[in-house]
Amino acid sequence: MNLDSLLPNLGEWLRGTGPESDVVVSTRVRLARNLADLPFATRATAAHKAEVITRAKEALAKSDTQHKLEYTDIPSMAVLDRQFLVERQLISRELAGGLDGPRGVAFDPTETASVMVNEEDHLRLQVLRSGFALDEAWQDIDRLDDALEQRLSYAFHTQFGYLTACPTNVGTGMRASVMLHLPALGLTKQIDKVFRALQKINLAVRGLHGEGSRAFGDLYQISNHVTLGKNEAKILGEIREVIVTILQYERQARNAIVKERRQAEHDRVARAIGTLGSATMITAEETMELLSAVRLGIHLHLLDSIPVTAVNQLFIHTQSAHLQKLAGHTLDGEERNSARAKYLKAKLRELGSHK
Amino acid sequence: MKCQICDNPATVHLTDIVNKKKRELHLCERCARERNLIPEPPGPQIDLKALLNLLTNPFPQAGATEPTTAEPVATACEACGMTVAEFKATGRLGCPHDYESLRSTLEPLLERIHRGMTHVGKAPRAVRVRDWKTQMHAAIAAEDYEEAARLRDLIRTAGE
Repeated sequence: MNLDSLLPNLGEWLRGTGPESDVVVSTRVRLARNLADLPFATRATAAHKAEVITRAKEALAKSDTQHKLEYTDIPSMAVLDRQFLVERQLISRELAGGLDGPRGVAFDPTETASVMVNEEDHLRLQVLRSGFALDEAWQDIDRLDDALEQRLSYAFHTQFGYLTACPTNVGTGMRASVMLHLPALGLTKQIDKVFRALQKINLAVRGLHGEGSRAFGDLYQISNHVTLGKNEAKILGEIREVIVTILQYERQARNAIVKERRQAEHDRVARAIGTLGSATMITAEETMELLSAVRLGIHLHLLDSIPVTAVNQLFIHTQSAHLQKLAGHTLDGEERNSARAKYLKAKLRELGSHK
Repeated sequence: MKCQICDNPATVHLTDIVNKKKRELHLCERCARERNLIPEPPGPQIDLKALLNLLTNPFPQAGATEPTTAEPVATACEACGMTVAEFKATGRLGCPHDYESLRSTLEPLLERIHRGMTHVGKAPRAVRVRDWKTQMHAAIAAEDYEEAARLRDLIRTAGE
């Protein structure tokens, strides 16, 4: 598969539309599924893994899925392309590099649905939606799961539900996560309070790239821990309730910023644009922090020359694999920082916001 | 109030009383964290190994002096050979059958992680149909024909 065709697109999760998109970037639901008669990854031989792939490919090809998913092998893929798919949220870092043996991913051209094969579980189904769309994402993935289940025999236990390699996923096998942009809660130092409250009710908070990653650019993912003993609707309902509350807090904090220190915030946003448009070396982390300020500036109506989709494009294109794909060759760390600065300068000039 | 180590504002206040002697400590968050006075916030991934050790061996001192009779010796999965010890070391199971063969180890663990033991969500279609059939026979036996007809229709639609 030629991944270059994806490069000009934003992908579903950065489409920048969808409900509550001023705060909610995207919604993701994933299901862990395993085949009944084959060992999990720790006990699987290369032959077992190849068998999983054969069956998964056949099920994907023959199933009447709403999204047409195309399968690609990971081991034969260039490292840069794997990283590219990680940045687009289509595969995990583990599938890209942490694991070995036969494995792959199937995804559709709109980048809404993907199925990882031979990750921690035989299959990891995922649906991404722009904005706050838990129900839509669940309906999508439920249908995809039904379609695949017609041709695959899943490991299912009457008491424990869908069986998974790690007991933390057993039961529904479902992890629903919502990615939020919370710059105002960060600025007003209320973010830790919010997260302490979340941990008490058993929801997890993570950074952009999932487990163990730092929260760059005020982006946070909130997801459920529990997969056993509650049904999917209840789990989704609990997350929804929490997100609605956080949305209110973030908007209150944004209103307070505009009311109490509009001038200072305007200055901060203008300086962010100034740095993005004139730096000659810039790291991915700094870019994300500055773009976070720009994004907030747009939503506070402090800026009118830049659309949110442009911010999303700058956001994805300045990540390291994207930059290298745009350049057409690999770049080392220093080269990336200078290529990133060059790209930002050109794009912002194009947008006419920087003279 | 300032941190007793650096000059940042103190946000962590510790008071301990040992032998009626009171001792107070005022630190900023960073200094407190460096001295391991604040537990790291629980990460998204539960530390399975630590949890398993805690559950299977809650009193390590007692266990060290006596032969470990409480440890189930012969529990290995007949399908994949996974043992409790290996699962404890890796936190990953070997095959679907482990949920039966290592059940006595897994049940307390699942209770801790999920605060639940029984799945109540979606099931594969074959399982749903089997359940509906059982319920339909029960409804017929109870002469609840309306319910039986409803279940029969569900089974028919799923069979398509």
